[in-house]
Amino acid sequence: MKRYVYINDDEASQDLYCDNRLSNRKYTLLNFLPKNLWEQFSRFMNQYFLLIACLQLWSLITPVNPASTWGPLIFIFAVSASKEAWDDYNRYLSDKKANEKEVWIVKQGIKKHIQAQDICVGNIVWLRENDEVPCDLVLIGTSDPQGVCYVETAALDGETDLKTRVIPAACMGMDFELLHKIKGVIECPGPDKDIRRFDANLRLFPPFIDNDVCPLTIKNTILQSCYLRNTEWACGVAVYTGNETKLGMSRGIPEPKLTAVDAMIDKLTGAIFVFQIVVVLVLGVAGNVWKDTEARKQWYVLYPNEGPWYELLVIPLRFELLCSIMIPISIKVSLDLVKSLYAKFIDWDNEMIDPETGTPSHATNTAISEDLGQVEYILTDKTGTLTENKMIFRRCCISGHFYGNENGDALKDVGLLNAVASGSPDVIRFLTVMAVCNTVIPIQSKTGAILYKAQSQDEEALVHAAAKLHMVFVNKNANIVEIRFNASVLHYEVLEILEFTSDRKRMSVVVRDCQSGKIILLSKGADEAVLPYAHAGNLLIGAISCSIWKFLRPLYFIIPKFTSGQQTRSFIEAVEQYSQLGLRTLCLAWRELREDEYAEWSLMFKEASSTLVDREWRIAEVCQRLEHDLEVLGVTAIEDRLQDGVPETIETLRKAGINFWMLTGDKQNTAVQIALSCNFISPEPKGQLLSIDGKTVDEVCRSLERVLLTMRITTSEPKDVAFVVDGWALEIALKHYRKAFTELAILSRTAICCRVTPSQKAQLVELLKSCDYRTLAIGDGGNDVRMIQQADIGVGISGREGLQAARAADYSIGKFRFLKRLILVHGRYSYNRTAFLSQYSFYKSLLICFIQIFFSFISGVSGTSLFNSLSLMAYNVFYTSIPVLVSVLDKDLSEQTVMQHPQILFYCQAGRLLNPSTFAGWFGRSLFHAIVVFVISIHVYAYEKSEMEEVSMVALSGCIWLQAFVVALETK
Amino acid sequence: MEVEGGSRSAGAGEDRTIPIQSGQPMAFFQFTQQNLPACKPVLTPAWVITACLLMGFIFIPIGLVTLRASHSVIEIVDQYDTECVPEVHKYMKAPIYIYYQLDNYYQNHRRNQIPNVVGFCLCICFDSKLTPRYLPESNHGLPIVPCGLIAWSFFNDTFKFIRERTELMVNRKNIAWKSDRDHKFGKQVYPFNFQNGTFTGGGSLDPSIPLSDQEDLIVWMRTAALPSFRKLYGRIEEDLDEGDLLEVHVMNNYNTYSFGGKKKLVLSTLSWLGGKNDFPGLAYVFIGCSSIIISIVFMLLHVKNPRAYGETAYLSWNRKSISG
Repeated sequence: MKRYVYINDDEASQDLYCDNRLSNRKYTLLNFLPKNLWEQFSRFMNQYFLLIACLQLWSLITPVNPASTWGPLIFIFAVSASKEAWDDYNRYLSDKKANEKEVWIVKQGIKKHIQAQDICVGNIVWLRENDEVPCDLVLIGTSDPQGVCYVETAALDGETDLKTRVIPAACMGMDFELLHKIKGVIECPGPDKDIRRFDANLRLFPPFIDNDVCPLTIKNTILQSCYLRNTEWACGVAVYTGNETKLGMSRGIPEPKLTAVDAMIDKLTGAIFVFQIVVVLVLGVAGNVWKDTEARKQWYVLYPNEGPWYELLVIPLRFELLCSIMIPISIKVSLDLVKSLYAKFIDWDNEMIDPETGTPSHATNTAISEDLGQVEYILTDKTGTLTENKMIFRRCCISGHFYGNENGDALKDVGLLNAVASGSPDVIRFLTVMAVCNTVIPIQSKTGAILYKAQSQDEEALVHAAAKLHMVFVNKNANIVEIRFNASVLHYEVLEILEFTSDRKRMSVVVRDCQSGKIILLSKGADEAVLPYAHAGNLLIGAISCSIWKFLRPLYFIIPKFTSGQQTRSFIEAVEQYSQLGLRTLCLAWRELREDEYAEWSLMFKEASSTLVDREWRIAEVCQRLEHDLEVLGVTAIEDRLQDGVPETIETLRKAGINFWMLTGDKQNTAVQIALSCNFISPEPKGQLLSIDGKTVDEVCRSLERVLLTMRITTSEPKDVAFVVDGWALEIALKHYRKAFTELAILSRTAICCRVTPSQKAQLVELLKSCDYRTLAIGDGGNDVRMIQQADIGVGISGREGLQAARAADYSIGKFRFLKRLILVHGRYSYNRTAFLSQYSFYKSLLICFIQIFFSFISGVSGTSLFNSLSLMAYNVFYTSIPVLVSVLDKDLSEQTVMQHPQILFYCQAGRLLNPSTFAGWFGRSLFHAIVVFVISIHVYAYEKSEMEEVSMVALSGCIWLQAFVVALETK
Repeated sequence: MEVEGGSRSAGAGEDRTIPIQSGQPMAFFQFTQQNLPACKPVLTPAWVITACLLMGFIFIPIGLVTLRASHSVIEIVDQYDTECVPEVHKYMKAPIYIYYQLDNYYQNHRRNQIPNVVGFCLCICFDSKLTPRYLPESNHGLPIVPCGLIAWSFFNDTFKFIRERTELMVNRKNIAWKSDRDHKFGKQVYPFNFQNGTFTGGGSLDPSIPLSDQEDLIVWMRTAALPSFRKLYGRIEEDLDEGDLLEVHVMNNYNTYSFGGKKKLVLSTLSWLGGKNDFPGLAYVFIGCSSIIISIVFMLLHVKNPRAYGETAYLSWNRKSISG
């Protein structure tokens, strides 16, 4: 569905679209009660309790006062309803604040001050520096003469760097007055939640200059909730308002995750329910039989001879009510309470505060702490998760010369410094690419130092390195890039940016050298995305591989060894050598363009950029047409250091029986090197690394079967066998040999998957989940978000790649090494405590229920309650629910013991503390205790003391003491 | 006993000293770090054996004392139909309590507790206040006081005790709970319209005496928990000698024959622990003995295969690697 936004034209779009009233509220004043009740009653447990409570209103059958169920039920409902109401009220307040914020808009050519909620689609909104953007706007003017403005998008995607936004070409150079009267139409897609895409067109109406369609991208928009920074003012046309903004659309409640423990508790509840039904049926039949044979003879109970039609049902229903306490009403409340405490403990933990940034750990999802103790597979990202994601330029290879090999730091390599000083053209060109080919924004601080704001850590490292080598990227003024080399200042005009996508794996810029006027294409990218496009003299594969590349575009491809050319060989060598050292490599290349070639291509690019459908793919195709015959300048190697404590953490967790998979977008060699250095896999004699590769279905199949065979043989040997697979082979394996690959996944404790895309990461999580394994995914970047959301537990590292992953995750931690503590300490304790608490809840209700059942045998199976309503309520609510809360602080073993013997976690993983057999133990315990209490109290209080209230009080206090003793015994 | 204190971090090597935010009390800080001081008893064999032995040595004497008290009580139980002649076989010291006992009588049946059967008000409506709380329509359109099935089935046998042709005085005051007399049953509430209809259940009441003084009724109204129960009838405040023959004149009004219930008359003295009941004493002795036996068994097992405390080789994963 397309949307046509008429700029500054109230009549055209007034009623078509919603106003800018934000509403995150779930309820209104009127529908709160029905809606909230409906939501609460959609849970099975609540339905059950409601049924019981309603049955209790029938005075003929109720053994106890209805208040004993209604009281707790209403209490529980009131608690969760008031929590919802409070949350909703807060949402209402924050909405109100946002809605009533005053903004400047232009209406009928006049500037007006109105409330944010009254903005309509098509209005022109004016913003000043540090203003929050009230709705999604298409930028049409800024204070900057080049039409650039900066926004901070932290609220949207969690990234704290500044992003540049530009006004569309058609609006360029319009002055203040003109902007008030501007008229035009924006053709854009219907509201969606993709914050990286906005494929629209703008056409201004006469008299406004050209009548052409001007393409709009996300670069021309400023989205709701962003902040305008470093720009005096900006104005834009509202295109999406209210809840139809990108932010509004992406808002949504994620599906709640259910832990294994929860599932088990539900199962056990079901079992108890069945047991209860059986008891009710047996006692009901027995009661009816007794009534007909015995009770009729007993004149003093005065049974009428003819009963109503439902007479047979009365006794079973009475027993149903008597046994209804078997399912403890308080279990949900107390579990929710302790779970939120577990989460708080994680937040509070001083040993999980990142010492560098002071960020504490945070549990976003408070309901799944137990699952942490039952993790079986950890899927981890590499960059930023295992490593620090602090990129440092280490080595390079420029036209066959290796720099930085001796001392490990190219910046101090005398050879390179000399080459720079002497002005060797190759080196200069290399440095130019490093400094220019990027999307970094330099910000000059008052002291004169230059700060670089970059989205990519690699780019930042390259720019910094270039600056150290006297090629300083000084300023970016709209399209003009200012470079200072030694003493001279060079200017480049950026004509186009061919952006980086994870499919293309390279980015390029087209610049005009302002000195010579030449147009140059500068490229940088992964080796397999650059080397095959090197020009024929440079590299022979040329056209052939290019055509293959079209089909195998996103995939890793081994660079043919048969290419000739000394230089290329040295580049390939360099790439291999660097990646074996665990360094990240980038190839830099360039090409001079002819004026006409550029002009022709530029038209195509413009056309592709203004398509509404499949824009990304079309652009990639057009870019392909320019990025060929490249002259490869050299290879850079960037180091990404391992985080502290990574090898120890992996070793400890592996001892705890957790399997590790590494999923990375990096190259195979780099991944393997990192894996070796952090204990992920063992070196040759102890470990064995099998590789699954191949480019065709058959090859992958063969290699998969070979690996599987080896795996099967070696499972009995004490050898660490791991397999490594790349994205291409993985794609084939998942598509065609899912079954074999699943078997392999089960067999191997370690795997490295390299060159995988975000969706493949999510697929692997899905695969392991489908084998009934508990998975934990840990990552730090936007590319891990899908995997984190897919996994049973998502852990985000609040690292340098923004907060995207940490926001999507259930837990966010500062460093990888905290994972050990998170799992072994918090996860394990939570599991133990929940296992105890839930079974104990059943135990104490069964205890009292068994006594009631036994009593019914000596009261003529008539369903008399031994206990009065008040004591039953007090027992459930006060005596048993409160003391047990101490178990929240229960530690069965000290933290050090667990850290030293991580094998202890096996117990949690296998669910040894909460499963049908442990539950049967608790069931037996409650049966035994009930027998003891009952027998003792009726015998001690036989004959003259057998007054009912006395007996019931004695039995009740017996139960209370016993359960208190059980709590004391079980908490260590 | 190992005591884990708050200063746990001393042992951990990787702990960094993170300054405690001031203004946060120490206890709260310990709570947030899950580091509250705790006592961790370890159930070592020696500990368990001592505890069991100790329990045995405490429980057996208690049991024996209890048993002794129970045995010092003299109790005469006699089933009766129309008359009974209980014989005193041992000297009984005053006061001697007279109980009537009913067997196979379900006073705890649910219908005795539900408030609503046609024609009868079954709620408890003897308020300490002037007027009964709840006065439903009765079969004559009038309220019934006291109401309820239990009151309706009021026990009405009477006993007269004669020793050697002289009548023994039976004190029938103060047989009900004081709290019931003072608070539960109204002083101003008189029986009304009771046992007046077409159904007549048990005994009737003197409408001129307030409910709080009708102690028989108050005793009866305390529901028994078991199907066989005793209720206090009165006290004989003279000593009875060994060999005394008591003649009891029974007014057998109460119908238990329709459901095969038995009626018994019980004469009993009291000890400091109450009436005759061997069960608590036996239970104490039994538990004491069994815990001693268990401790001996544990001791033997421990002497036979001793196991060092805290030996990591016994951990399951270590054992596996030893054997495999």
